[in-house]
Amino acid sequence: MAKHVLRLVAVAYVLFLLVLPVMLIIWRTFGDGLAPFAEALTSPSALHAFKVTLTVAGWAVVANTVFGVGTALLLVRHEFPGKRLLGAFIDLPMAVSPVVVGLALILVYGRFSPFGGLLESWGIQVIFSTPGMVLATVFVALPLVVRAVVPVLEELGDEQEQAAHTLGASRLQTFLRITLPGIRWALGYGIVLCLARSLGEYGAVAVVSGRLVDQTQTLTLFVEERFQNFDQPAAFAAATALALIAVVTLLLTKLLRPKDRIDGN
Amino acid sequence: MTAITVRPARRLAGGTAAGLGVAVLYLSLIVLIPLAAVVWRSADEGPGYFWRSVTTPDAWAALTLTIGASALVALINLVMGTAIAWVLVRDRFPGRAVLDTIIDLPFALPTIVAGLVLLALYGPQSPLGINLAYSRAGVVLALLFVTLPFVVRTVQPVLLELDAEMEQAAASLGAGPFQIFRRVILPNLIPAMLSGTALAFTRAIAEFGSTVLISGNLPFKTQVAAVNIFSQIEGDNTTGAAAISTVLLVVALVALISLDVLQRWGSRRG
Repeated sequence: MAKHVLRLVAVAYVLFLLVLPVMLIIWRTFGDGLAPFAEALTSPSALHAFKVTLTVAGWAVVANTVFGVGTALLLVRHEFPGKRLLGAFIDLPMAVSPVVVGLALILVYGRFSPFGGLLESWGIQVIFSTPGMVLATVFVALPLVVRAVVPVLEELGDEQEQAAHTLGASRLQTFLRITLPGIRWALGYGIVLCLARSLGEYGAVAVVSGRLVDQTQTLTLFVEERFQNFDQPAAFAAATALALIAVVTLLLTKLLRPKDRIDGN
Repeated sequence: MTAITVRPARRLAGGTAAGLGVAVLYLSLIVLIPLAAVVWRSADEGPGYFWRSVTTPDAWAALTLTIGASALVALINLVMGTAIAWVLVRDRFPGRAVLDTIIDLPFALPTIVAGLVLLALYGPQSPLGINLAYSRAGVVLALLFVTLPFVVRTVQPVLLELDAEMEQAAASLGAGPFQIFRRVILPNLIPAMLSGTALAFTRAIAEFGSTVLISGNLPFKTQVAAVNIFSQIEGDNTTGAAAISTVLLVVALVALISLDVLQRWGSRRG
């Protein structure tokens, strides 16, 4: 009896908090068929928002993947003073509000700061422009690749790498032939998480982008702006597109996760 | 010990030093210097100005609402998250695997979308007839949505690894189901439950996107701290925004340090 009550409570909680709201938005979007959905997402503003989102997320994922793999290797394979501190700093972005991220970047890279002013005099505008949005996205998604790769690197050990080294392989060869294949599933998992976080970032990008319609507007900003301007169909369509991306992400991570366990063992 | 100290010296001389330099530079330019700039700016006009910025009526109302709502949300997560983890591990029913998968959806779903979907079901056009828009209950709902996975995902693995023999031993010695839960299972789960709760709390105090649409951002009523910071930035009061940001950073840091202490305490006991 108690078992059934608990099951009912748990399922009802998730149903009303999570499942029904998401289903309702998908239902409202597709209620009148696919045509309005396609139409809302192919308006010039929506297409532009897609483009901005993909550009920003693309750069952020590349930057965080390179940094993530490099830092994971440093943390696992090397000893150096301040290692624990570096590990703690990498997790820091998780505890920072997206709005604070935006403010932090404005204070350093904004036009009225010394550094931002210097960049501006070289013709590089960071805030209210793509570089600032990439920085904000890199910030919020920073720990994801590192944290996905570190446990698998630890489990793999470095015996194979050392063997390759003894047999005359260069550092690059060792990395490409031994390390990378060993971590590929975990890396894929980290990249998928990082991409999803980057496509979906709202708060930090809202602050640094200046929210200029058709210029720095990403898809998440488009959802908010369309909703506030009483254009519900467009807001719902873009929200559904983002929700579908989230569901695909979820299934991908589900697929990638068990395999890295097998790889690791 | 000597072997460990000799190796890094050899490796640091190679490409490691360069790699470390690049990593630290990257982290500094993107995370550390900007965050330090926030704290620096908050102290720019002296402690008096800092205190006045934090205690202006609207900022203070936003901060107390945020911390109060986050504490409530953390508490609800402590109970519901543990219950869901329990059902996922110990119960068998059709659809359990689906439930297990969708628990992570709040991590993948953009926060602005989370706010929009909640507003669709619990807003003015609610098919259920429940309207929580522009109310504090709406804020709590949004925070519950985005923090759902934390306690579930910290408790679940511990519950999976729990030794069934202990429970069988307790049962054979005459303990009832409630006694077994309270005396055998709960003590093993508490560290994981508390760390999940601490993570949910830090996430909740930082939350912005999901509360924007459903709360209506009414100052003194439903405006959370992140939204207050946002409106101060828009109003060009970056020093005030930095002061409130610093308070949020400190609260998050305190929660995370307590989490670290809890985990050590937990691993010592385990």
